[in-house]
Amino acid sequence: MAIKKKTETLPISLDILEALAKFQEIELSDVEISFDELEVSLTPGALMGAPRPRAQPITRPKPTSLIEAKLDIPIKDYAGKIVEVKLGATRTEGGTRGKSVVIGGESVPAYYNFQQLPPHKPVVAFDVFDWPKVPLAKAVKEHFKDVLHDPAEWAKRCVEKYKAEMINLHFLTIDPLIEDASPSAAVKVIENVLQAVDVPIAIGGCGDPKKDLAVFTAIAEATKGERLLINSITLDMDIEKSAKMVKDNDHVAIAFTSMDVNKARELNRKLYDYLPKDRIVMDTTTAALGYGLDYAFTVMERCRLSALKGDMELNHPMSSGSTNAWAAREAWMKMDDQWTPRELRGPLWETITAQTLLLTGVDYFMMMHPAAANAIRGIIDHLMSRESTTETVEWVSIKI
Amino acid sequence: MINVPAKELSPIEIYKYLPRTNCKECGETNCMAFAAKLVNREAALQECLPLLDPKQTETFSKLWALLKPPVKAVEIGSGDKKRKIGGEYVQYRHEFTYFNPTAIAIDVSDEMSDEEVEIRVKLVNELVYLYIGMKLTLDMVAIRCTSNDPAKFEAAAKKVAQLTDKPLILCALDPAVMEQGLAAIGDRRPLIYAATKNNWKEMADLALMYKCPLVASSPQDLNTLKSLAKTLKEYDVNDIVLDPGTFWDSGISTTVDDLTILRLKAINEGDEDLGYPLLGAPMVAWAGKEEDPLVKEWNEAMLASVLVTRYADVMILHSVSGWSLLPLIFLRQNLYTDPRKPVAVEAGVKAFGDVNDMSPVFLTTNFALTYYTVASDIEQAKISCRLLVVDSEGMSVESAVAGRKLTADTIAEAVKNSKLGDLVKHRHLVVPGRAARLSGEIQEATGWTVSVGPMDSSGIPKYLEEKWKPTVD
Repeated sequence: MAIKKKTETLPISLDILEALAKFQEIELSDVEISFDELEVSLTPGALMGAPRPRAQPITRPKPTSLIEAKLDIPIKDYAGKIVEVKLGATRTEGGTRGKSVVIGGESVPAYYNFQQLPPHKPVVAFDVFDWPKVPLAKAVKEHFKDVLHDPAEWAKRCVEKYKAEMINLHFLTIDPLIEDASPSAAVKVIENVLQAVDVPIAIGGCGDPKKDLAVFTAIAEATKGERLLINSITLDMDIEKSAKMVKDNDHVAIAFTSMDVNKARELNRKLYDYLPKDRIVMDTTTAALGYGLDYAFTVMERCRLSALKGDMELNHPMSSGSTNAWAAREAWMKMDDQWTPRELRGPLWETITAQTLLLTGVDYFMMMHPAAANAIRGIIDHLMSRESTTETVEWVSIKI
Repeated sequence: MINVPAKELSPIEIYKYLPRTNCKECGETNCMAFAAKLVNREAALQECLPLLDPKQTETFSKLWALLKPPVKAVEIGSGDKKRKIGGEYVQYRHEFTYFNPTAIAIDVSDEMSDEEVEIRVKLVNELVYLYIGMKLTLDMVAIRCTSNDPAKFEAAAKKVAQLTDKPLILCALDPAVMEQGLAAIGDRRPLIYAATKNNWKEMADLALMYKCPLVASSPQDLNTLKSLAKTLKEYDVNDIVLDPGTFWDSGISTTVDDLTILRLKAINEGDEDLGYPLLGAPMVAWAGKEEDPLVKEWNEAMLASVLVTRYADVMILHSVSGWSLLPLIFLRQNLYTDPRKPVAVEAGVKAFGDVNDMSPVFLTTNFALTYYTVASDIEQAKISCRLLVVDSEGMSVESAVAGRKLTADTIAEAVKNSKLGDLVKHRHLVVPGRAARLSGEIQEATGWTVSVGPMDSSGIPKYLEEKWKPTVD
């Protein structure tokens, strides 16, 4: 040990600090020590080498039995509450869905169950695309390859075989750079999907602000009362028209911004002029594990904590496009034997991306691989479990 | 001493205790600059040489108390191979930053065959994944006593110690067994697992005798855990790690609660009895039900990821499969990245290798992760080329195209501002596959011939080999 002018480890080299703190003990035990002696004793090795000139500690009796201590569970103390948003409408509610779901309503940070259990289960929705040529990872494609040509069949597969709680229908063919499909063609597709499955539906656009609005408007009017989740309204769209389209036709919107808490606030604020709060879900962008997940995580965590502290422009349920996990090359790429099989690596990548964001408080997941969606539903059930005790696993001695 | 949270500590509060002589011995221009570095934990207190004067002890102690983390840093191992865990200042990473990434240990048992032990230790020694210029690795080996035979435990500990110089964890709840293990490898300063309400005194004596850090373990009973930590501290054991137990299935709710409560108490309430690193054992996912080992590996990876997200500082896993460990070491790296560092790199033209005026030009955005991924692919393939880095306000290619930050216009502006035309004779621009839909517009806006490159930059070498034909139009 040596006192160095620069230490290479941050934050603070505690062994050095502890050694220095000993001087205090030395002073207490009334030992004179001069500056020269100090320098000598701090030459490298000297302090650790020969029998260490330990200061006589003040003798105190060591405990012979456990000292009782009590841990007080931190109490709930949040001013804010997340609004509840209902997705989908049944026949009695003005739509045609078999059931509707409610998300949001939290009043403590995510899975602070010691303070309060979340009031509603987060929803796991499956992605369906209207374009058979959509680039999908092999591991995903093999589950849907025979239904890629038909969004209604694809949606049915998700609901019947994989128990999807909702469907995200993405309209890619409307992209002027793909097929530039018309709004009326999109309406036909959504009508088929609404016929094929009875779960609530979300609809997604192509990213072109004008075209998306035209298609969303046509669909919203044709499906009035269904409480579709419109994915999404962005800052570069005509906010007034977009919001009115959602409200007038009794749907719900995702307010989508790109990893920026202030932009999320700004968009919500603009929407409040036209749209009730319980019609807004927010999405601050999901980046893949390894490719920006840390930013996505922190923006979501900040939004949720601000909302609970009373920020009235952020207290909405959160949505995550966890499917974006597949943008990470490690999710789909052929790699050395050491990292195989990729058929498992990929869905695990999607699972861990989603799970990490679940722990910030995400309420609505868009997912793609059946195993990943299933795993997230499983951990949601476990996290919301009311069981207070479990059998302790003696992992030290178990034989595996 | 008033406990000022790291996120709220201002340089002024530190400055008032510094010598204020601006002596520059610390390498900073003045004491205020040094105070700012201290507050950001970018400098260490002992770099202020005048403060080392014994007459300054009281001031030094005050500053130390102000700057020390509410979660104590504990070192496992010896020499230059030791690994620090804990030393954390905040609960949420955006409040400051996390410092010491969760240490990952892989287990071996004293009843495993030599061959199996060798394979497992080799994995800990050699697993490495290159990621944006960093090496992602594993940290430790945990030796478990399943035989209940002190001699077998000793032999296993010795064997592992010979096979690796990484830090070790000794796991046995019987002090007689632990003593034998420590007799063999105590000089490596392993982490001792564990002191419980039944054996704490014997384990504490061993920890003091061998100067090793000690885990206090009390599954599902936080009061007893706190009692243990308090008692051990009074017993002069300073390097303590807390284990509230790890549970899978419906028990995950308890595990998340306990880890969160412990970290919250230490940081937000300044409870010094709980200001220690936390241990998790995702390997509990291997117990119980007879399932396919692949399912257990999957579950263990999920549980371990929950623990990384929720404050575990060291954890013990059983899986040795790359596919399940890879996302975990990625996640750990991501969450322990300093959020105070910028998201974007400087825009402009970067040159790789020996470029000339006919070298190919690729295009990417200035999102740090995107840029470093592309740059590291180009460097690893030893390709000579230029990379036009377009300011996308720190967004990846895919998000920037969707969010209209990477457009024909922003690209045309980047070509113009970077004077790319002066650097190369040809007029060929290779755009990312994820920006393919913009290629026509880019061609129009820039006047350059635009080719669509691979969807992922790992495809650049193949692309160059097959598609790149330099010509001057």
